[in-house]
Amino acid sequence: MPLLALDHVTQRFGGLLAVSDLSFAIDAGSIVAMIGPNGAGKSTVFNVITGIYRPASGRVAFDGTDVTGRPTSTIAALGVARTFQNIRLFAFMSALENVMTGEHARLRANLADSVIHTPRQRREERAARERAMELLRFVGLERSAEEYARNFAYGLQRRLEIARALASEPKLLLLDEPAAGMNPVEKRELVALIRAIRERGVTVFLIEHDMSVVMEVSERVTVLDYGEKIAEGAPDEVRRDPRVIEAYLGAETAGGAA
Amino acid sequence: MSIAHVPPSVRTAAIAFAVALALPFAGHNAAFTNFLADAGAFVLLALGLNIVVGFAGLLDLGYAAFFAIGSYAFAMLASPQFGIHVPFWLLLFVASAIAAVFGILLGAPTLRLRGDYLAIVTLGFGEIVPQTFLNLSQWTGGPNGIGTLDQPVFFGLRFGFDPLPYYLLILALIALAVIVAGNLRRSRLGRAWMAIREDELAAAHMGINTTTTKLAAFAMGASFSGLAGCAYASKLQLVSPDEFGFNVSVFILVMLVLGGMGNIPGVIVGSVVLSALERFILPQGTNVMHAIGLNVDLTNSRYLIYGVILVVMMLFRPEGLLPSRQRKAELHAADADLTAAAHEQELYSGAAH
Repeated sequence: MPLLALDHVTQRFGGLLAVSDLSFAIDAGSIVAMIGPNGAGKSTVFNVITGIYRPASGRVAFDGTDVTGRPTSTIAALGVARTFQNIRLFAFMSALENVMTGEHARLRANLADSVIHTPRQRREERAARERAMELLRFVGLERSAEEYARNFAYGLQRRLEIARALASEPKLLLLDEPAAGMNPVEKRELVALIRAIRERGVTVFLIEHDMSVVMEVSERVTVLDYGEKIAEGAPDEVRRDPRVIEAYLGAETAGGAA
Repeated sequence: MSIAHVPPSVRTAAIAFAVALALPFAGHNAAFTNFLADAGAFVLLALGLNIVVGFAGLLDLGYAAFFAIGSYAFAMLASPQFGIHVPFWLLLFVASAIAAVFGILLGAPTLRLRGDYLAIVTLGFGEIVPQTFLNLSQWTGGPNGIGTLDQPVFFGLRFGFDPLPYYLLILALIALAVIVAGNLRRSRLGRAWMAIREDELAAAHMGINTTTTKLAAFAMGASFSGLAGCAYASKLQLVSPDEFGFNVSVFILVMLVLGGMGNIPGVIVGSVVLSALERFILPQGTNVMHAIGLNVDLTNSRYLIYGVILVVMMLFRPEGLLPSRQRKAELHAADADLTAAAHEQELYSGAAH
């Protein structure tokens, strides 16, 4: 059984068909990429998976549960974490607080625990803090734990966002253009980081424009154009697919090459 | 444990508490103690509003409604009005719980609103609640309000009309409120509030149920006004609908802005300064004006003076007198952003495409 399965998902915004009859599945433990030209509906797919949008038709199944249209917080608690195309850190909270907030769904403290700081709550907070520090070490930010998220350099903000997403111990991590704005060194580090995340047992699904990153890290690639899946397969196959070349470079060029 | 192990914030709090405890004895003047007690009630209110506005970032312009609900809850359950006389100490909890329930009831319709829209709806509630108390005259005594409220009894000692025991009671409630607010801030719930304040969508992706988390902020914030309502009403011996108007909501909000939104010591300083201005500095200033032969009544122009203070604060110290680290950074980041934006544009415009 796949970890994530989209079954004939269609998403409309007024007259615009953002995602059209899209079906695909992701196996647990894999690294999968979704590519496509700007406006192809990639981020919309993420938003449907995380419950921001309720699709017009179709189903989303995660880990054997139908999560179509469930609240975002519920889907997150079930084990789907994500980062955002335009980084959405808690700007004026420290790196440590950002990651500890990521642990929210795992922590059990209720209102009374929070008000009176019961021994149970103190234990849980101590453990949460240690775990957050461990994640900051994992992404290489442990020296800046007390720094506000907004003060980090761009590439480091992306890393912090990944650490925050991992804090919920997700089964599936959605990365929305993680390499955007990164220099070649940062991109290499990102590829290593994504592999290390998979080693932790987390399935990774990324949207990415940077082909070097996609080709290097992903095992399967899904290509979207105008909301439709036009190709799917191993990175090398997809790269040679004439429909993909057409979508990226335009019909005439593709026609000329064929 | 030696004194060196006590965190500086706790030491400062202990010193501040000791000073506050000594103040009425130093002044030894009933009017001064009375002022301290009233100012203390507003500190409680400001600490409650700070949870909603400062922690969770939900702009509430009708907070006085909860003060009214807390006060009327006390008045109805501890007066000859219905012949019900619930013991004061129990009523502290009951009134807080009632205020918290109304926090949830009035918070629920606003959950989908933010910023200006939320402010306008809360403004409406702030007007509706005192108006309702005014019009339900068969229960609330209408414009006359409810009088001869029960006085607290502490181990057989009736509080009476001396403001001192009320002040000590309010001081104890403030200590409790400071501990509760501080604990909440450093907890799973506190982080969830701040996350919603910073980015509600991202917060939902952390598994935070934004509905219940916001309602918890409204409930906790309102519960503090239940405490303030009991203490204030029992000292005044009277509640009437004109005590809870829009100007009271704004007065409390200005305390936060003046002191430093989100920061507990800042909120306390802000509310004490504003209360002192209202009750001491302006009347005394008027006396001084008269003494030097100027016929100026500063108390009549207090809203003008508050307005000027607000404008000056916003221009020169928008983070408040004693801001939190985070609020200060937030407000000064805006300047830095302007210069950084141009720089960033160069750096990333190439990479993004």
